[in-house]
Amino acid sequence: MLSILKARWQQGHRTIGYPDADPVVPDRLRGLPVIDTEKCPAGCRACIDACPTEALRRDAQLQVDLGRCLFCTRCGEACPAGAIRFTNDHRLAVRKREDLVIGREGIRLAAELDREMMRVFGRSLQFRQVSAGGCNGCEVDVNVLTTVVFDLSRFGIKIVASPRHADGLIVTGPVTENMRLATLKTFAGVPAPKLVVAVGACAISGGPFRGHPEQHDGVLGLLPVDLFVPGCPPHPLTILDGLLRLLGRMKT
Amino acid sequence: MTACLIGNGQTVPLPAIQRLEFAEFRAWILDLVQAGHRIASLFGVGGDPLLLVAVMADDASAKLSVSSTTVGRRYAALTPDCPQAHMFEREIAEQWGVIPDGHPWLRPARFQPPCRPPEPRSDGSNPESGTVSSNLQAGIPGVADFFGVKGEEIHEVAVGPVHAGVIEPGHFRFQCHGEKVFHLEISLGYQHRGIERALAGGPHKRTLAQIETVAGDTTVGHAIAYCQNIEGLMGWEIPARARALRAVGLELERLANHTGDLGALAGDVGFLPTSSFCGRIRGDFLNMTALLCGSRLGRGFIRPGGVGFDLDTPERLERLAGALERARVDTRTAIQLLWDTPAVLSRFEGTGTVSRDACRALGMVGPAARACGFERDVRLDFPVGQYALSRIPAIHDPGLRRGDVESRAYVRFAEIENSLQYLGELLQNLPPGDFLAPAARIPNAALPADSLAVSLVEGWRGEICHVALTDAGGRLARYKIVDPSFHNWIGLGMALRNQAISDFPLCNKSFNLSYCGFDL
Repeated sequence: MLSILKARWQQGHRTIGYPDADPVVPDRLRGLPVIDTEKCPAGCRACIDACPTEALRRDAQLQVDLGRCLFCTRCGEACPAGAIRFTNDHRLAVRKREDLVIGREGIRLAAELDREMMRVFGRSLQFRQVSAGGCNGCEVDVNVLTTVVFDLSRFGIKIVASPRHADGLIVTGPVTENMRLATLKTFAGVPAPKLVVAVGACAISGGPFRGHPEQHDGVLGLLPVDLFVPGCPPHPLTILDGLLRLLGRMKT
Repeated sequence: MTACLIGNGQTVPLPAIQRLEFAEFRAWILDLVQAGHRIASLFGVGGDPLLLVAVMADDASAKLSVSSTTVGRRYAALTPDCPQAHMFEREIAEQWGVIPDGHPWLRPARFQPPCRPPEPRSDGSNPESGTVSSNLQAGIPGVADFFGVKGEEIHEVAVGPVHAGVIEPGHFRFQCHGEKVFHLEISLGYQHRGIERALAGGPHKRTLAQIETVAGDTTVGHAIAYCQNIEGLMGWEIPARARALRAVGLELERLANHTGDLGALAGDVGFLPTSSFCGRIRGDFLNMTALLCGSRLGRGFIRPGGVGFDLDTPERLERLAGALERARVDTRTAIQLLWDTPAVLSRFEGTGTVSRDACRALGMVGPAARACGFERDVRLDFPVGQYALSRIPAIHDPGLRRGDVESRAYVRFAEIENSLQYLGELLQNLPPGDFLAPAARIPNAALPADSLAVSLVEGWRGEICHVALTDAGGRLARYKIVDPSFHNWIGLGMALRNQAISDFPLCNKSFNLSYCGFDL
């Protein structure tokens, strides 16, 4: 007993001050990209050709689809003019799929739930997680939110064991054909009203597996999605930031 | 008859690999297994008749031997004489529509579509029942025959694919008598994303991203295995600094996962202090990897020819060394509590035992094999890169090799200590210089034609084996991945025999195998 107390004292208090205090993110974190289309040389396709997941396109101006982006920064390396730069801003979550396609104007972060949904879920939100072809990358960074560092439950958010106890699903992975039925059944098991959060490039677009016949390019064609959290995998703070935005707890 | 010998990370031209008659090939494998070698990989390449390639690992001589054969639509299964071939043969049957005659349990490995069309039957009827193809016709993963036990008071418990925790999907079928498990069958495939199919014809732009997500918790391990193959094929020498930094990445991955799993084991027996401490310290190790490369899982860190990021400033190095030192103290206190708490030990001791004989026969690898007393470790047996220059210590405590949960926990703990010490020394003696081979900076260099490369890496779960075969045009004709989980899932099944079903989470965590690494 004494040795347990001593260890407890040695380990100290480790819950981060976020969101009241500024988050601590690695300086090399590959977060929100900034695109300076002014710098784009005419007719240049270097970044588009370098991207492994066709996340970049150039219609009127250069745009990057964060839902496809693996944050590998090949585009930035390929760019002869330095028009694409990845900042370490971890805030990336949005409510609509099209909001993930960003250009010069930057990103429109997730808005809070509407009034009725806030009344139902605002103070207590329980998720069932479904890994549908996830590589255990997004899964570990969701799971880590339940450790003492992030302490998800202090926000009234919990990850629960049964869809029957849940208010929504957190889906990871491109939704493999072999997990399609189980994913749909799990969703059906959640009582309405319910939310779906797609975490990671796979769940949003299929990620590195987009186009494979063995999967469904993410959850969007199968379930309605209320929150998109891009990344491969997203930093835990990116996921937490998205969930807190959904609940109207993040103002910046 | 001499098979082609090859070292870890080396390449041979395809014509140097013997094409044996099947009977010879079968005898060759059986003789080597008898002599203590293991099947590191055994797979179909394609063609009709089907080309089969086997890579045998001899831990004692640090040599891999490669040989090949061709088979028609049926051949005499190896499994009855060599149990460690069981899953390889199930995979071959599923992928290529070949029937290994006499295989005791020929069931789909991962419910994946076949790699070539099934053999047409002269009368146009369906494939005979009981074959893999007839099982697959159901079209629903997990819907197939399960090994059953019958009798009074026997009951069956089905769990998954969706589990209670934040983990990957798999289906577990227990045959129980009361609380006691007679048999556990594990049915996987839910995570199948078609990785091997997509890798063929590459390397593509997405290849490295797909390799990094074979098993996302082993990003560094699989990426090193792939890069060693590319470097072997291209004849690139990677800079000394890159070698050292790769070892830093690989050991940090091991530390994070071993620490997390020891915490989870504590959680599964209701011992919350270690559970809560280790859950946090695991994140500290992941953050160290992020300090190196920006990604907690090491995405983008390993590249063909070296690494993508350097410990560029003395300040970054100091921060990493400081974080490592703090984690060393925290890990030790947190885990020591486990060994000091009789309530924990009484739950670990004698739970989920895999016998030494079963471990040998099934060809298990990694910490799970070391917990049964087999000193197999790629870092020691087939050392390349940093591990060839400075040896990581082997675990010396013959007392705790009983193959139970306690032994697996102890081996993980000992490996944490070893990795911390190894990393501490490595960071003090980082070689200077470049971190990416100059040749690797030139894009789109073609691979040599008609070659085979083999690469082994000791990931935190055990031996990762990648085999690359190139075609006449220098593209990847076949890229075969064997995650350690491929060897070890059956070990979990063995561990559950005669255990209380309530001990399943504990046994499962002590292995913590990869679903997607198996499903590919």
